[in-house]
Amino acid sequence: MINTEKIVEVQNLNFSYGQVNVLSDVNMSIHLGEFLAVIGPNGGGKSTLVKILLGILKPDSGKVRVFGKKPGTSKSVGYVPQDFSAGRGFPVTVREVAMMGRALAGKGTTKAEDKDVVDKILNDLTLIDSSEKRMDDLSGGQRQRALMARALAVEPEILILDEPASNLDMIGQTRIFDLLAQLNKNMTVVVVSHDLTIIPKYATSVACVSGNVHKHDEAEVTEDMIHQSYGGVEGCPVELVAHGHPHRVLKEHDH
Amino acid sequence: MMELLSFGFMQNAIMASILASVACGIIGSLVVVNRIVFISGGIAHTAYGGIGLAFFLGISPLLGAGVFAVTAAVIMALITKDNKYRADTVIGAMWAFGMAIGIILLDLTPGYNVDLMSYLFGSILAVPKSDLVYMFILDGMIIAYILTWYRQIHAVSFDSEFASSMGVRSDLIYMSMLVMSALAVVLLIRVVGLILIISMLTIPPYMAERRSNSLKGMMIYATLFSLVFSLVGLVMSYFFNLTSGASIIFVSAICFFLSLIYDRVRTSK
Repeated sequence: MINTEKIVEVQNLNFSYGQVNVLSDVNMSIHLGEFLAVIGPNGGGKSTLVKILLGILKPDSGKVRVFGKKPGTSKSVGYVPQDFSAGRGFPVTVREVAMMGRALAGKGTTKAEDKDVVDKILNDLTLIDSSEKRMDDLSGGQRQRALMARALAVEPEILILDEPASNLDMIGQTRIFDLLAQLNKNMTVVVVSHDLTIIPKYATSVACVSGNVHKHDEAEVTEDMIHQSYGGVEGCPVELVAHGHPHRVLKEHDH
Repeated sequence: MMELLSFGFMQNAIMASILASVACGIIGSLVVVNRIVFISGGIAHTAYGGIGLAFFLGISPLLGAGVFAVTAAVIMALITKDNKYRADTVIGAMWAFGMAIGIILLDLTPGYNVDLMSYLFGSILAVPKSDLVYMFILDGMIIAYILTWYRQIHAVSFDSEFASSMGVRSDLIYMSMLVMSALAVVLLIRVVGLILIISMLTIPPYMAERRSNSLKGMMIYATLFSLVFSLVGLVMSYFFNLTSGASIIFVSAICFFLSLIYDRVRTSK
């Protein structure tokens, strides 16, 4: 049963990088409790859309509201990027990374409370034994979970992830998506993904982004729907969908 | 050695070393983790234009350097913000322009007889008390800055996009880091000089980064490394009658290479 409460609303959104139009006249909404997969070809504007919802990028025109507020002002949004911008070498432990989210959200009243919340999150993400390790010393999957811990420390109502499993093997990807499915019981999840094979198992809705956004607000997502989603959007060619994805998907397109 | 400490100029030099090390430790760590070494080099060299202007107008050279360095920092922050232009080229041009304008203004200064070398390569043994006051104030500003904004600076340095998504003005924090780098440059001019500043802002923090698990710890280690290098270089320059700034950098660089060898051997075991 889809909840009808809209927590994200986008109206007539336009965004361009210089002379290049990336998103044109986008209208969409995200409902409470959704597990929304954002898919689309490379350069279609998936990450741009997500960054606008987060307040990292400012739209040229249009209206965007997250929990009724301007993007970037709500403390109920948790963001998990593909990786952190500092790259390797930055001296920071897993615990400190998680505490960063807590500190910026400003939700804890005492240091002890912050520590308890972070400990619980690290425990849930099976990172508690690595909490004093440097980020440099973690595997790809552990790094991704550490960034997830930082987002969860915000105690978000919506979790937005930009290709969280792109650097992971199949087992790592499944672990991350299983975890997201668990989290989806308590919060809305929006995940940008390239992998069309894993999305049908988890997402409750799907949005194809390619200059515009075509969203399926269905309770169940099938691979067929994903294909229709790509096919239904102008400038979202089937050839691009096939790029980098399993052959199985390409064959179904060919049929 | 005790006799050495009884000299007024040596006491001033030691105090200058301590004050410069604090700036190196804090701001140098930010320069290294934010990978703004080239920009900081640009700011340092642009400051030379301010020194030339100060002599031309008959005002304090450190004040002139400060105004030029801060202005350069703001311009460079704006240029590099969105990477819209070839930022490295513009920084390179400003770097050279600052040096050129400094030399031209010194040429135009009537009765010019400034010891140019002391600004290019430092002259810690000749630091007057008035400069120590400037350095003390600048250190106070740097410490107040880091204590007030540490949470935001830490978050932006680690992951500026996440910080922005949490409502932090990453662009302003980035600009503030460059402005603080400009102040650190001014503070370090008397110690190692404009040409060598960049090594002082990078070598101790780089060594500290590998020995610490936090940015705070990195700043503390970098301050201590910086202090040791400065004091050893200072003593070396006194006893062997060498240029102080170059001696300090020489000591830093030797320790840097030894630490690289040590780290390589340790990780290969």
